[in-house]
Order: sequence, then structure tokens, then C-alpha cells
Amino acid sequence: MEPGKFKEALIETGNISRFTMRFFREMARPRFEFAEFLKQCFYVGYKSLGLVAITAFILGLVITIQSRPTLTEFGAEAWLPKMISVSLIREIAPVITALICAGKIGSGIGAELGSMKVTEQIDAMEVSGTNPYKYLVVTRVFATLLMVPILVVMADAISLYGSYLGCNIRGVVSWQLFWEQVFETLSFSDLIPALIKTFFFGFAIGIIGCYEGFNSKKGTEGVGLSANSAVVISSLLVFILDMIAVQITDLAGLT
Amino acid sequence: MNQEVIDTADTENKTDSMVIQISNLNISFGENHVLRNFSFELPEGQCYAVLGKSGSGKSVLIKCIIGLLKPDSGDIRVFNKSITNIKNEELDKIRLDTGFLFQSNALYDSMTVRENLEFPLRRHGLKVTKSEVDKLVKEVLEHVRLPDTENMMPAELSGGMKKRIALARTLILKPKIILYDEPTTGLDPITGKEISKLIVELQKKYNTSSIIISHDLNCIKLVADKIVMLIDGTCYAIGTLEELKKSDDVKIKPFFE
Repeated sequence: MEPGKFKEALIETGNISRFTMRFFREMARPRFEFAEFLKQCFYVGYKSLGLVAITAFILGLVITIQSRPTLTEFGAEAWLPKMISVSLIREIAPVITALICAGKIGSGIGAELGSMKVTEQIDAMEVSGTNPYKYLVVTRVFATLLMVPILVVMADAISLYGSYLGCNIRGVVSWQLFWEQVFETLSFSDLIPALIKTFFFGFAIGIIGCYEGFNSKKGTEGVGLSANSAVVISSLLVFILDMIAVQITDLAGLT
Repeated sequence: MNQEVIDTADTENKTDSMVIQISNLNISFGENHVLRNFSFELPEGQCYAVLGKSGSGKSVLIKCIIGLLKPDSGDIRVFNKSITNIKNEELDKIRLDTGFLFQSNALYDSMTVRENLEFPLRRHGLKVTKSEVDKLVKEVLEHVRLPDTENMMPAELSGGMKKRIALARTLILKPKIILYDEPTTGLDPITGKEISKLIVELQKKYNTSSIIISHDLNCIKLVADKIVMLIDGTCYAIGTLEELKKSDDVKIKPFFE
């Protein structure tokens, strides 16, 4: 990396950190924007549900179909529901859902706030007696913080259903047997750490989308750049946070 | 040429109470010193136009007055209260009486016209009942001659209509001062003239003092009582359009040729 680029990256990291610190300062102060928060929950959660559901279903189905030959080779076909459920719940469903959210929600927030910035709507809010950071950023970050874990729980369930269908394409596993095997294998030590990390994913997606939009420059070109950067940085952060979460889970003996 | 040479304000005007007082305002963006010791006063009930080249700091000036930008040094007093070092809550109280018409209109895309108009009323925490809000919205839409647009989205409006709605949003709080940032830019000459006439009409109706940033001399001619020449970051001269047109100053002359 060139020295200039490295310096730029450090400055950007510093700016994101300051932006995040401001979130913690502003979230505790009144006035609380509940109506806007609920509206954002609707956009972030409900409007992403269809995409997350389809992706999770296909994911569960495909991973099951792809894993079957290897397990058959070792004569461990009966372990299919057990292996798939652990992979899906611990890693695949949370990370893929977070990446979809980074693409859909992160870019949406980046583009929306970016266009508001370049058309002076954020300044207009400030003139109208509104703290734009609280109204636009705090509400959106809380919405992603709450909705991404909910979407992940739904993705977990739907991907397992896809996996059940995958098991039955080339074999016969009864509904009861499939779920018995799944719940026999899964424990809270699989579910809880996987769920906790999704709150961090949600926070990262929200804060990066808002940061990029809020600091959009260069007119309409900047809006596109903001949306793009929001997706790239938040996707990268999802992987980094996942790596950290896995290390912590491993050190805590929960693997 | 200095300010005193052209400033021929009547002596009786000097006794008028000043609604905006700016003294020794400095603001820079990196190495670019936009405003240098800029000083100027706006008397109550008057409309002053600020004229200067593109990038000379006209919009920066009015954004400093409304508190969107913080100057490096100097003082801005609005209604005799310094706004350079006050809390946001106090600034919001001053903003309640100070309207701002944005160059890009800044209408909220995701809200209807009615929601756009209600926004400042709700956000400033004014205790108004629903029927009062209805009345205010209806009244202000009638004043800008767009009575049937309440449920329309900004994307459905033409450029001139957007400007009128933005003006209505500014007027709904019945401000004592209005700052206009290039109100006729991007509009055809006929619509631009209509907006200028509307501004004059509403200034009288609402009895406001105002600062208007514009390159449009036709608009300035219609609207402004005096013109402030912003040249080299300073308040270079103040005078009426006729006075400035007669000037032989090499920095002023090109604006009126």
C-alpha cells in the first residue's frame, strides 16, 4: 500500500471511530425519535425479509445437496442434518444474512443519507430545529442493531427448512427425525454466540452506512460512492467481526 | 473603494434596530480564506442582496448566520444575541424566527408536501393543535398559490412549484428574518420573475427582514432595497442598485455591465 493511501485509510478509520463515539453520546440524550425508529425498523426488517428468506432457503438446500456426496463416501449420510444445522446456525446463516444486509440495507442507508446530504436536506433538518445525527443516524443504527439479529433468527429457521427439503431430494428423512437430530446436536453454546455476534454485525452495517452517507461529497457522483463504500466497508467489517467472534468463542471453550 | 464611499444609507435608517449584525467575520476552508473581516448590518424590515462572484463566499455567509457553519473568528448577532458560541437549544430558538430558503429547495423526498410543511412545526416543539396545523398549512399554500398540492410528493412538482413549496415551508413558522440562497437559480426567466414577485409580496405580507443571495439582477432589482458587494471576502460596498451601477470602481463595474 502506498504511504498516501495508508495515511488516508488511517484518517478514515479515525473519522469512523469519532462518528461511532458520537453515536454513544447522542443515543443517551433526549429527545428520542421513536416514530422514526419504528419506521426504520419497518424498512430494515420487513422490507428485507423476502430477500433474506429466499437466500436462506436456497442456502440450506444447496449446502445440504453439496455435502451429501462427501458424507455418503464416508458412510455418514445419517449425520447430514446434524452437520448442516451446526454449520448453518453457527456460521453460514449469520454471515450470509449480514452480507445481504450490508448489500441491501447498508447501500440503501448510504445512498439515502448521501442524497439528503448533497441536496441540503440534512442542513434543512438542522434549520428546522432537528438534530440530524439523532434523527437520521441513531434511529437507523438502532434499527439495524435490532433487525439484523431478528433476520438472522428467521434465516436460521428457513435455511434449516431448506436443508430438510435437501435431505429429502435423494433420500428419505422424516420431518420428526430431521428436527430431532437438529435439536439433539444444537446447544445454547452454538446459538447464543452466533446470535450475539449478529448484534455487532447490525451495528457495523448501520454505522458504516450512516457514516458514508452523512459524509457524502462531490454531488450525485458522491452518492454512488457513498453507497459503494458502505457495502464494501461493512462487508469487510462483517468478516473481521466474525473472525474476532470465532476467536473469542474458541478461547471461551464454546466450540 | 471602501464601504463608506458608496454606503449612502439615510441617517434615519441608522436609528433602525438592526436584526443582524456581523463584525469581523473570518472563515477559511483549508488554505482558502473565504471571508476576511466581513462586517455588515441588516436593519429591521429591509431586504439586502449579497452580490459576488461564484465561490466568493455568499452562501457561506448566510450559512454562518443560520449557524450551519461556524466562523473561525468574528461575531454574528441575530436579534442582538451572539450566535457564535451558544448552545444548540438556544440556536434553535433563534432559528424559529429565522427562515432559510435553500438553493436546492431541500424538500424531503420521502415526505408529501403537507409533511414537508408540518416538519418545522413539529420539530420546533410548538404546541399547535391539529386544526391549527391544518389552518397554517392551508394558509401558507394559498399564499404561495399552490392550494391543491398537499398530498403530492416533491418528485411530482416542477422546479418553480418546488421553490414555492420550499418558500411555504420557510414561511410556515412566520419568521422575522428570511435568508434566501439563490432563489431564482435553475428557473426559467418567467418563473424566476414570478418567484421574485412572490418574494416581494410575501415580504410585505409577513413583514420580514431578509438577505438574498443572487446573481440574477432582475430578481435583485425587484426584491432588494440595497446591495452588498462581497468582493475578496470583504463587504466591499453597500448601496442601491442605481448607486452601484453608476460606480466606476473596476471591481464593481463588471457586475452591472
